[in-house]
Amino acid sequence: MKTDYFQIAREGLWNNNPALVQILGLCPLLAVTNTVINGLGLGIATLLTLVLSNVTVSLIRNIIRPEIRIPVFVLIIAAFVTAIELAMNAFFYDLYKVLGIFIPLIVTNCAIIARAEAFAAKQPPLPAFFDGLMMGLGFALVLVVLGGMREVLGQGTLLANAHLMFGEAARNISLIIIDDYRGLLLAILPPGAFIGLGLLIALKNAIDTRRKERSSDVIPVNAEAVAGT
Amino acid sequence: MPLIRHMFTTASFLGLFAVIGTALVALTFINTEERIADNELQALLHSLHELVPPRLHDNLLSEDTLIVQAPELLGSKKPVTVYQARKYGKPVAVILAPTAPDGYSGDIKLLVAIDQYGLLMGVRVLGHRETPGLGDGIEIERSDWIESFNGYSVDNPGNLGWRVEKDGGIFDQFTGATITPRAVVKAVHKTLQYFEAHRDILLAPPESWTHTPESEHHED
Repeated sequence: MKTDYFQIAREGLWNNNPALVQILGLCPLLAVTNTVINGLGLGIATLLTLVLSNVTVSLIRNIIRPEIRIPVFVLIIAAFVTAIELAMNAFFYDLYKVLGIFIPLIVTNCAIIARAEAFAAKQPPLPAFFDGLMMGLGFALVLVVLGGMREVLGQGTLLANAHLMFGEAARNISLIIIDDYRGLLLAILPPGAFIGLGLLIALKNAIDTRRKERSSDVIPVNAEAVAGT
Repeated sequence: MPLIRHMFTTASFLGLFAVIGTALVALTFINTEERIADNELQALLHSLHELVPPRLHDNLLSEDTLIVQAPELLGSKKPVTVYQARKYGKPVAVILAPTAPDGYSGDIKLLVAIDQYGLLMGVRVLGHRETPGLGDGIEIERSDWIESFNGYSVDNPGNLGWRVEKDGGIFDQFTGATITPRAVVKAVHKTLQYFEAHRDILLAPPESWTHTPESEHHED
């Protein structure tokens, strides 16, 4: 069977998005998304972990015994996350200080073990790599969008502290969207994260419903309604 | 017994992965260890130099340190590091790392620089968990409130002045947050009191520090 890369991309980015549809990895998702840069930092770290763990799991899928696959997956993920944490501490120290305690939490992000179990353990390395990339991108995208929403509403800026990630040269890419803004505390505090995520999920569902209505005018049977489950 | 063999191979397989995983982590650790230690030192020096600029001293701040313990005045049961700045061998300032234990959500870690005459050179917040948008006004990145301490000493403004305005003192509180500034003001005041009580030791040449068992804390 030929692998449908387009389908994998669509699943990861939209139809089966880890954050909006699977609703996995909520703890880091809600905790760090108070700015775009924080969201992006955790998004990239999660993406990297997903890709590495997916490829590794796929490579060993034929030699691993089913009884111990879960502990082995956990081991692989934990080892990669710890390595990423150390690397981040070494190369992005300032960002590490901001995201620090959430990096180890990537281990507990069920989205990663879910992809290992549901996809990578049954597929060759290349599709597994692509699936990790797309799922990771889908997750990172939500982190960035949610971070953006909360940052603009909460403190009236966008891309504040960009220098933590891109170096001193990026200090002036941060934008002040609303001048002399007193800030909306709700958006920065945890409830803002729940409300923001809820709005994003609602938006996605609204778009899906509209698209379904439109396509059902033309095609009577919608095959996609059962996909992804 | 096929079952025993099966168990054995499965277990060794799991063990093998544990070894590989540990090896990966160990390898990364060895390759990043030095850089991480350097990052931490640079970050520490950076915050120390914000308070006592390099032109004011000629020693390496991270090396001339004294470990003291004063739970009552420095806010922590753990040993507190004191950094001494010297120029031409003469102590010009000390930087203490006290804790304000009564923040709105736990400890607020501070860095307080006091010059040889007992005047505050500056205060910085090293770490806190105060409410974002309210209590985090104590960070230098968010407001210049923390600089309002500069130049004051234990006698100026005196015991009654060392409070937030709401409590009759001279230091501002921010809108919506009184507990955080109150905790910081109190901690800075206590640090000054500690300095006054121990200034002889704190401003002594570091060679003599080993002979002051009273405020010394030996871990070994």
